[in-house]
Amino acid sequence: MLKAFYHLLARDLRLAFRSRHELANPLIFFVLVVTLFPLAVSPSAEVLRVMAPGVIWVSALLSVLLSLDRLFKQDYEDGSLDQLMLSPNPLVILVLAKVCAHWLLTGLPLVLVAPLLAMFMYVPDEAIGVLMLSLLLGTPVLSLVGAIGVSLTVAVNRGGVLLSLIILPLYIPILIFGANAVDVASDGMSVRGQMLFLGAVLALALSLAPLATAVALRITASR
Amino acid sequence: MPESESTNTTLLETRQLECVRDDRLLFRDLSINLSEGEILQVEGANGSGKTSLLRILCGLRLAEAGQVLWQGEDVSDVREDYYASMIYIGHLPCIKGDLTTLENIRSLLDTRSQSAPIEEIDAALTKVGLSGFDDVPSKALSSGQRRRILLAFLLLSKTRLWILDEPLTALDVQGVALVESMLMEHREAGGSAIFTTHHGMQLPCEMSSVTLGVQC
Repeated sequence: MLKAFYHLLARDLRLAFRSRHELANPLIFFVLVVTLFPLAVSPSAEVLRVMAPGVIWVSALLSVLLSLDRLFKQDYEDGSLDQLMLSPNPLVILVLAKVCAHWLLTGLPLVLVAPLLAMFMYVPDEAIGVLMLSLLLGTPVLSLVGAIGVSLTVAVNRGGVLLSLIILPLYIPILIFGANAVDVASDGMSVRGQMLFLGAVLALALSLAPLATAVALRITASR
Repeated sequence: MPESESTNTTLLETRQLECVRDDRLLFRDLSINLSEGEILQVEGANGSGKTSLLRILCGLRLAEAGQVLWQGEDVSDVREDYYASMIYIGHLPCIKGDLTTLENIRSLLDTRSQSAPIEEIDAALTKVGLSGFDDVPSKALSSGQRRRILLAFLLLSKTRLWILDEPLTALDVQGVALVESMLMEHREAGGSAIFTTHHGMQLPCEMSSVTLGVQC
């Protein structure tokens, strides 16, 4: 069972590294959106410092949202998804492997590049660690919850709008607590509450979202 | 006295299957009995529900009514067991263009938690006419060659039940002969198969058939 998890994870990572341009898309989107704000709004440190947590979090969220399509689309179109569902291994484990691969390829790079953008947006040094931690806890939730939406819409042609409508309301709590944590940390206050909330949501999503995704995939396949 | 044939146990059985697609009744009260070593051809015109039937047999699609039984038990209760002993090859390729032939076969086997030593994979590739292509990215192969990768996967999976949807698609004359000989060997080894095809397939053995689309 663990082997099946590991093999599928390795396959998805290998596939992603074979088509690198797709791999860079979410990251480039993230960096571009954040860098456009100082140009469009104001380059002054006071304005940017206030906006930074929200701008960085919103960009990260949209970047993940745009990359979600990749999660099951290709496997659905070439029939590999049928083979996954006919595997003697529990589908939940395989779903978890695919979501892990998705996070490693989109969420993790965002976490790693965020400090650079934070400095660029005049986020105080003491809040940069909090920003990274909040993204580290938050982006896996975005991938996990997003997987539920993708599995429901993968059979729909141009299901992008539908996907956003299903998923965005579920992303909002993560966005609020994530951005708020960075905001509060910039003012030098404790962010324990926000971090505990993000951690709790991650634990919840990790245990329930793969189950929901697996069921949704079976429903999609049965049409 | 019972013949030796009739002592064969039933592998897969359906009871009163009914399938409706887009408000159209495709079939009703369909009961199939597939025993060990039996090869069953599903016949019917385009749109008569052949693929739907095969997907129902795999448990991918839900039937409106009826049951699919694997060795006497409902497949949804013995899913793990059933999936370990059957293999389904649909008309979609299941092949990743960015992976090589060898990697594709390995990843298909990994999904089933199976593995095969390299010599065995080589032998299977030689048998399906792909020797020398193991390091070639699959996007560089023709569609017939991609189907042949699936045939190699079929050989390596060593399952008792094959469910094949249009296995002859994109294959040349030698490919058709290859599938026929594979089915014969599979049957001799005691395996069973269900398949659909629009091409004539001549197997020098007894073959049962079920025809869909006849008004009932």
